[in-house]
Amino acid sequence: MSTRLATGGRLIDRSKQQSFTFNGKRLTGHAGDTLASALLANDQVLVGRSFKYHRPRGIVASGAEEPNALMGLGEGHRFEPNQRATTTELFDGLTARSQNHWPSLETDIGSLNAALSSLLPAGFYYKTFMQPRAFWKHVYEPFIRKSAGLGQAPDAEARDPDTYEHFHAHVDTLVVGGGIAGLEAAKRAGETGARVLLVEQTAHWGGRAPVDGGEIEGHSTEAYVAMLLADLEVMENVTLRSRCMAAGVYDHGYALAYERLTDHAPRAKGPRHRLWRIRAGRIVTATGAIERPLPFAGNDLPGVMLASAVRDYVVNWAVSPGDRTVVVTNNDDAYRTALSLRKAGLAVPAILDARVLPKDSPLMAEARKMGIRILQGHAIDHVQGTRRVRGVAICSHAGEGGAVIEEIACEAVAMSGGWSPVVHLWSHCGGKLVWDQTRVMFRPDPDRPPTGDRGQPMVHAVGAANGALTLQEVLDDAARLEPGPKTRAAPQAGPQEEAPLAPVWMMPQGASIRHRMKAWLDYQNDVKVSDVQLAAREGFESVEHAKRYTTLGMATDQGKLSNINGLATLSGALGAEIPQVGTTTFRPPYTPISMGAIAGPARAETFQPVRETPIHGWLNANGAEWEPVGQWRRPYCIKRPGESTHEAVMREVTNTRQNLGLLDASTLGKIVVKGPDAGRFLDMLYTNMMSTLKPGRCRYGLMCNENGFLIDDGVVARIDDETFLCHTTTGGAEAIHAHMEDWLQCEWWDWLVYTANVTEQYGQIAVVGPKARKVLEAIGGMDVSAETLPFMGWTEGELGGIPVRLYRISFSGELSFEIAVKAGYARQLWDLLLTVGRQFDVMPYGTEALHILRAEKGFIMIGDETDGTVIPQDLGLDWAISKKKADYLGKRAQERPDMVREDRWKLVGLETLDGSVLPDGAYAVEEGENANGQRNVQGRVTSAYHSPTLGRGIAMGLVRHGPERIGEVIRFARTDGTTMIEARIVDPVFYDKDGEKQNV
Amino acid sequence: MSEALTQPVTALGGARFDGLISVREMPAQGMISLRGDLALPPVKNAATGVAGFDMPARRAAQCAGQRGLLWMAPDEVLVLCPYDEVPAAVASMEKLLFKFHSLVTDVSDARAMFELRGGGLRDVLAKLTPADMSATALPPGELRRSRLAQVPAAFWLESEARAQVICYRSVARYVFDLLKSAARPGSAVGFH
Repeated sequence: MSTRLATGGRLIDRSKQQSFTFNGKRLTGHAGDTLASALLANDQVLVGRSFKYHRPRGIVASGAEEPNALMGLGEGHRFEPNQRATTTELFDGLTARSQNHWPSLETDIGSLNAALSSLLPAGFYYKTFMQPRAFWKHVYEPFIRKSAGLGQAPDAEARDPDTYEHFHAHVDTLVVGGGIAGLEAAKRAGETGARVLLVEQTAHWGGRAPVDGGEIEGHSTEAYVAMLLADLEVMENVTLRSRCMAAGVYDHGYALAYERLTDHAPRAKGPRHRLWRIRAGRIVTATGAIERPLPFAGNDLPGVMLASAVRDYVVNWAVSPGDRTVVVTNNDDAYRTALSLRKAGLAVPAILDARVLPKDSPLMAEARKMGIRILQGHAIDHVQGTRRVRGVAICSHAGEGGAVIEEIACEAVAMSGGWSPVVHLWSHCGGKLVWDQTRVMFRPDPDRPPTGDRGQPMVHAVGAANGALTLQEVLDDAARLEPGPKTRAAPQAGPQEEAPLAPVWMMPQGASIRHRMKAWLDYQNDVKVSDVQLAAREGFESVEHAKRYTTLGMATDQGKLSNINGLATLSGALGAEIPQVGTTTFRPPYTPISMGAIAGPARAETFQPVRETPIHGWLNANGAEWEPVGQWRRPYCIKRPGESTHEAVMREVTNTRQNLGLLDASTLGKIVVKGPDAGRFLDMLYTNMMSTLKPGRCRYGLMCNENGFLIDDGVVARIDDETFLCHTTTGGAEAIHAHMEDWLQCEWWDWLVYTANVTEQYGQIAVVGPKARKVLEAIGGMDVSAETLPFMGWTEGELGGIPVRLYRISFSGELSFEIAVKAGYARQLWDLLLTVGRQFDVMPYGTEALHILRAEKGFIMIGDETDGTVIPQDLGLDWAISKKKADYLGKRAQERPDMVREDRWKLVGLETLDGSVLPDGAYAVEEGENANGQRNVQGRVTSAYHSPTLGRGIAMGLVRHGPERIGEVIRFARTDGTTMIEARIVDPVFYDKDGEKQNV
Repeated sequence: MSEALTQPVTALGGARFDGLISVREMPAQGMISLRGDLALPPVKNAATGVAGFDMPARRAAQCAGQRGLLWMAPDEVLVLCPYDEVPAAVASMEKLLFKFHSLVTDVSDARAMFELRGGGLRDVLAKLTPADMSATALPPGELRRSRLAQVPAAFWLESEARAQVICYRSVARYVFDLLKSAARPGSAVGFH
């Protein structure tokens, strides 16, 4: 059994006990434990089930590469699935549960899949769920959905109570990884005076060095790390962050780092995670290396672990993986594990070394001296045990397996297949790799680094991440980072002589199919050596195809342990060299980061900016039913107590037609255009003539893009000879301002025109209805008579002492004034209008009433009657297109054959025969079907409302030859496609066709 | 009714928050946008006459109290003056620039302005803006036009312990809420 050793454990504090639960079972660990080390200390070797076969799974690794020990952590609102036990720091009260099993971890029905494993080979899904077609929807899809995913999704109603934030940092050098290489690199960069940020994903500095041992400049690695840290901590230009993982590298020296602030101390104040958004002059990746598993039969049984992880558990957390551990290796490094185990008083019955060395290497000799039995040229034939390791059967590595020489009883197997540099960050942004034949690894190709804006190398890999295997290589590598005469010489490490490793991609090397079907490559997704070989036989020769066919490396660990073994297996099956097969693509993030960290401040009240007008507060307090219009909130209607939305809208329309309505029109875009060329500029922008407009007057105009399509409309007021104020739609203000600047800056840069977006400088209130003039007269201060201020005129003055600009324009067909007032006084004016307006039955109205009022008058609305494919001519707006002008934006496009096609759909009014309201967007159908088997259509509804003024449904729509078909009855389909509604084509102006109401 | 005009209403009515730093919405501030050829003497005079400051260098913010000049773009400065003086200031600037192509716009009501006080305000802003908040990249007296989370904003430090932020009025609530969360106790970064 695995247990806690009586002494040792450099990271734990035995004086502090911490209790936690695993699947409801109460367990204890120490401060400094990870969840993984605490589980092992409690003999919890079985920690989960694999994805496909539900095989029992144990902890394999001790860090970010762990594929098996994935937990659901926390409860309720804080529940999070798929958290790695190896990177979860233990805290008092932690709750964890294992995943992917039913009814329990120990007894899992899904493990029946394992018995059927020969029926579930690579590509099983693709082969099986194709036929019969009819099964997909009701049989296959529900089945696949049910078995998809490893962890349980958080409850849909759960609301994460924690907070998250972003932080932008600009540095000269970002160093990733706090091992010897990273610390050395940071110190050297810091000594140049550069601004340095050093991030380390774990809570501890030094990386593997303190566990792996060795000497630097006569100090132990642990002491040397402490010295480096002390040096760095006093450098003001160096920032150190532990628990901070660099997740991705992007173009132009941009990097993301994920800082876990309170995961280990959930009761602490402050944000849980912080996402660092870093701009770095250069990035140094000192990300170390990950040990490779060895593919042998039964290598997935709980108790089979990476040799380095076994060493970590013994040295860092004083955890014994079992009394007897067999070490199996193809390199010298794993001997360190055997030595650590022996130093901790544990038994190592044998070291199985696939190599046969001519003479003992120093590490081998040391192991022999300690009395450890070394079997060279030997391999594991298979691991014995069902739920955990009971022993190993050994054979000759050169053989085919099955010829068992000896069986050795043990509780754990420590395996090492060599080391793979962590090249993820190097590769994220285009860095290439080379296959190093001697070191048997892909390492960064120094000649093809990711490059920055000037083509300069943007990322530099150092240390084990760069393929260095010994301390001296690491130190020399770091020293090369800051070349120059002043560079300190690299510190000297003690002697570290190792024999070269021998590549082992299958054990024994000629393993039979029976063995290969039990030799796991990807633990999480259940991909075995035999699966990759099958994929190759079935023609999936590209590594990217084989990956997707077999799901190798597609699990949440993204193949950190499996990729190299998998592609080596593939290359073997294809008879190609490993570098010819290549790797799959490394994509960010390095390990999964929380959604909360990605969102940062974009949640709850700051999820999105909500724009508020100066009258927002009043509307909110008085029953506004809000709707989003761009980022603004506008009131759909202002409901009275007990009223339905429909009732409120009908009341607002009727009252505006009969008495007096007030509309908060502040969101309308307002752009000042000024300069000697302003008139000429607006003549190009609008389809009609603006340069002839007289100061004091207003004109409605249409704006098209260069493709001729209508993009905006609004009223232009001429302020003086050189100055115009252009009103745009609410959603168009920013876009139209940008459109203007685009043309001014890029095309007509020599025209003397300045623009300013003054949308928010003014509140704008529409005073609408037969009593509109009366209320303004009652407030007093300005002559608003028809003679002084005729329709389409504007004037300035003071209303009730408040300076205003008054436009006599109407979007409702009623007598109407729009009052522009400085935003800081808009609310005062609104209150004044409501108070004085009471005697005239004033009622504010919302956007839906505004829509109905304009539709009754046949006024178009950008976004309703237009959709980016509609030209003014389609809407019968030919009167607003100047024939006199030589040019305007869109003119040429509007002369193209498709634009002058005589059967374009054109604007008409629509009246249902039964008075009902047509569904918005409904199509007018014709007989027959088109080439795609769809019903032929001849038009569609663009706006539809119930008009309280007319007491019936009214609509506008685009219909082929529409204006020539007035009086004809056509049919519109409901969404079921069969029920039809009959409607008569009519003039789009339903109300006051002669405009007498607005012109009084 | 003229008594109604005593005070303009700011977007948040002077909201404030105290956390890592203090955040306060400033009272109404006169702001006049001036676009023109900044090298032309009449343009310079129009700006400096109202502000009482010399023309700012590129990206500079020269302010004291309610007066100041902010360099906004190669052809734009923002003139700060007391809110009540704006109509007269605009009129005098327009008069001076009558013959020169330029645009003088009162934008006082289109903006909200916040004051940040306290050490560590560089870190608080760095949570929200992608701009480099280091003292070398943004020394006191330099204006930065950037964004805070999802909206545009301009800000400058008067000293290491005082900064001012200008944003659009309609998003004042959003910006205030952002600053509040960035200044939440327990969230100090300690980077700058």
